[in-house]
Amino acid sequence: MISIYMHKALVSAFALAGVMIAASAASAQSANQGGAAGDGASDVLIRGAKVYTVSARGTLDNADVLVRGGKIAAITQGGTEAAQVPAGAKVVEAKGRALTPGLFAGLTHIGLEEISAESSTVDATLDFKAPAWDQKWRPEFDVVLAYNPRSTVVPVIRVEGLTWTVLAPGAGDSIIAGQGGAVAFDGTIEQGSKAMIDGSRSLFVELGSGAEKFSGGSRAAAYMLLDQAIGEARAQGPTGPDALLHAAGRSALARYLAGGRVVFEVERATDILEVLAFAERNHVKAVISGGSEAWLVAKALARAHVPVVLNSLQDLPSDFDRLSSRLDNAARLQRAGVLIAFSSGESHKAHAVRQLAGNAVAHGLPWDAALAALTANPAEIFGLGGTRGRIEKGQAADLVLWDGDPLEVTSAADQVWIGGRAIEMRSRQTELRDRYLHRTAAR
Amino acid sequence: MLTGTGTRVDGGDVLIVNGRIEAVGKNLQAPAGANVIDAAGRWVTPGIVDIHSHLGVYPSPGLKGLSDGNELTNPVTSNVWAEHSIWPQDPGFETALEGGVTTLEILPGSGNLIGGRSVVVKNVHATTYQAMKFPGAQQGLKMACGENPKRVYGSKGQAPSTLMGNVAGYRQAFADAQDYRRQWEKYDREQAEYQKKKDSGGSDSGDKKAAPPSPPKRDLKLETLADVLKGDIRVQMHCYRGDQMATMLDVADEFGFKIVAFHHAVEAYKVADLLASKGVCAAMWADWWGFKVEAYDGIQENIAIVDAPAGSCAMLHSDSEDGIQRLNQEAAKAMSRGVRAGLDIPPERAIRWLTANPAKALGLDGRIGALEAGKNADVVIWNRNPFSVYALADEVFIDGAVAFDRAHPPRKPPSDFLLGQPNEEGAP
Repeated sequence: MISIYMHKALVSAFALAGVMIAASAASAQSANQGGAAGDGASDVLIRGAKVYTVSARGTLDNADVLVRGGKIAAITQGGTEAAQVPAGAKVVEAKGRALTPGLFAGLTHIGLEEISAESSTVDATLDFKAPAWDQKWRPEFDVVLAYNPRSTVVPVIRVEGLTWTVLAPGAGDSIIAGQGGAVAFDGTIEQGSKAMIDGSRSLFVELGSGAEKFSGGSRAAAYMLLDQAIGEARAQGPTGPDALLHAAGRSALARYLAGGRVVFEVERATDILEVLAFAERNHVKAVISGGSEAWLVAKALARAHVPVVLNSLQDLPSDFDRLSSRLDNAARLQRAGVLIAFSSGESHKAHAVRQLAGNAVAHGLPWDAALAALTANPAEIFGLGGTRGRIEKGQAADLVLWDGDPLEVTSAADQVWIGGRAIEMRSRQTELRDRYLHRTAAR
Repeated sequence: MLTGTGTRVDGGDVLIVNGRIEAVGKNLQAPAGANVIDAAGRWVTPGIVDIHSHLGVYPSPGLKGLSDGNELTNPVTSNVWAEHSIWPQDPGFETALEGGVTTLEILPGSGNLIGGRSVVVKNVHATTYQAMKFPGAQQGLKMACGENPKRVYGSKGQAPSTLMGNVAGYRQAFADAQDYRRQWEKYDREQAEYQKKKDSGGSDSGDKKAAPPSPPKRDLKLETLADVLKGDIRVQMHCYRGDQMATMLDVADEFGFKIVAFHHAVEAYKVADLLASKGVCAAMWADWWGFKVEAYDGIQENIAIVDAPAGSCAMLHSDSEDGIQRLNQEAAKAMSRGVRAGLDIPPERAIRWLTANPAKALGLDGRIGALEAGKNADVVIWNRNPFSVYALADEVFIDGAVAFDRAHPPRKPPSDFLLGQPNEEGAP
């Protein structure tokens, strides 16, 4: 683990950066002429990279990755002869730089929330402001319908090397927040309501003290109400005005009771155990989100094959559900065999996930495991393992070429590809930077 | 060694005697009996100074009964002091210490136009805030621009509800303070005259029975503002937008006070030259943006651009119990973004953003913020270059005493709150 970053003297990384910016800007321009993914995207050969495959092949020095039709076509070591470069393929010289799969931005509201405090620009949460005793739950609510791929937040996040996220509805006034799923930041307007990546659809449930306010004051009531809703979905409860669910909600929830993925937002160890029992009883595929105290029940999580999406910087007793927060939560979970992924819970600063991973390494998580928790693991957890998260033949060509250690805060993405298309490395932030940078008199 | 004075010394030594830095250089001789620490291969910096913290006033856990940072009952509460809200048992002090933070300014929140007095503390564990206070440090005055005050009071149907209402509010408060100051100055003159007459015998006129002048009634709000006008309290102002900073500099000029620093200065990069020419510092985050419209134009090169002009004073601040634990990493992000944009920012310059520059903005640059002879021995030994996500503070010294030692962590948590809670090793 140490050897990967020990040799990276800050000074030499900086010396390189200037050259790389020029190089990457040029490559972005020419590659962009290819258009959108799978729609005439040109072939690309990324040559001489340190390729972190996040697969059984491990990390390959001086390897070449061939991208064709938006997918990874080949990974070869030992140099690609000129004759073997496919005609018309654009060649990018990596010069030993790190190439990783596109990173997972976490569970976010990217494209659902432009300016957090301006409710007219926020679509992330369903909240009828109904009191607990007068609620209709709406598991049929699908937040992905609000996704705007043209949000200014998308390019800001994308140029940081994050290529996909799971849109998670916020906690409104019900224990069941609604449905969400994964989207890739390929930025095409056509994405719209069809943006959700197949197989990633998930239901989001809020438990613990977070649910107290809409369960009449006790976390126990949250479980009571959840059981009531499940009864209705199984057609064992009342319908009509006394019911928690409408007909659409009953059928939406019923679909999850046949092995669907349910993400439980929960922190306290005892609540995590309760979720494990609940998931087993109701045949749902549980994912823990939050899990500040998950390390306390790591063995039970591993036994149940329930993954945890966590913020590894959570170390303070922020509330009584998180009294046992620790910086080595990720390391302990991984050691116990729990599948982990990182999520900062931030949208505008989603790039913090790299910092989460780096800090987890500083607190005992093996470096490779930390990278996996930003790539292959979240893809696996959200049902995309077959198409994303690894640099493997047949996977979507969502790739990032870095100017240094991908987990280091001083590193940046030199070039990002999504679906084989080189993303223009610009955002509203870079526009603002370029406008003001040269107006300022440097000393 | 990054000294905080803008220089880097490779293979350097620091000699600490009686809580102060005695010498900095190479091949220093340790006095007999000195405790010699081998820092070979490690990095040494001054203790980190966070100029914007709410530890203790908005502590962990975030319980209603411990939320004491915003006196949201009047847009001008210059009468309240943050130190009276501090809960010294906040576990956040210890985690900040583990991140190398040795001095912090604790401020009231930003819901009011004028939120109250701040306090500078050393990050030493204590049962009372008095024992944490930085001896002789000036207090600050927290003021706030922009959305927060107008939202808080506008939503109550009260002034201010607009930016112009905000500015009217500051101006009226300082106009009142000017009047108050004149009353006290008048009293001081009368008292001096009375004393003079009394001392000169007072037998040569018919004033024998003249009563001493009666002092004006103390008004705690105006007293604070009058102290600002006198230069005894340092104005620390929450202000996101560049144009609003320019407005506030005009207000300060009108009333003859100085704004020491703009905090949360997300748009400081738009007025970097103005700030440098006025000698005003800016405290910033590395990458926060988008959470409200006044933060919509935040960019990651902000700190680097603000740092660029001659005479600049760029600072990194946390405003967060999480961010304060990793200010070195935040500085690393800001530094590398600046370098990528073509600015020349070596680590020995960037370290000033979290040491010497905030020390200056607190008026404590003679005492902290640099590894220099005569300064308080607030020192951090890092396990590697601190501008890295993998860097950890190995040892933290405050006034020459070991405040944190990663190799020998405290057997019991320093915070009373954590004692006896089920967060110890050996749990199931």
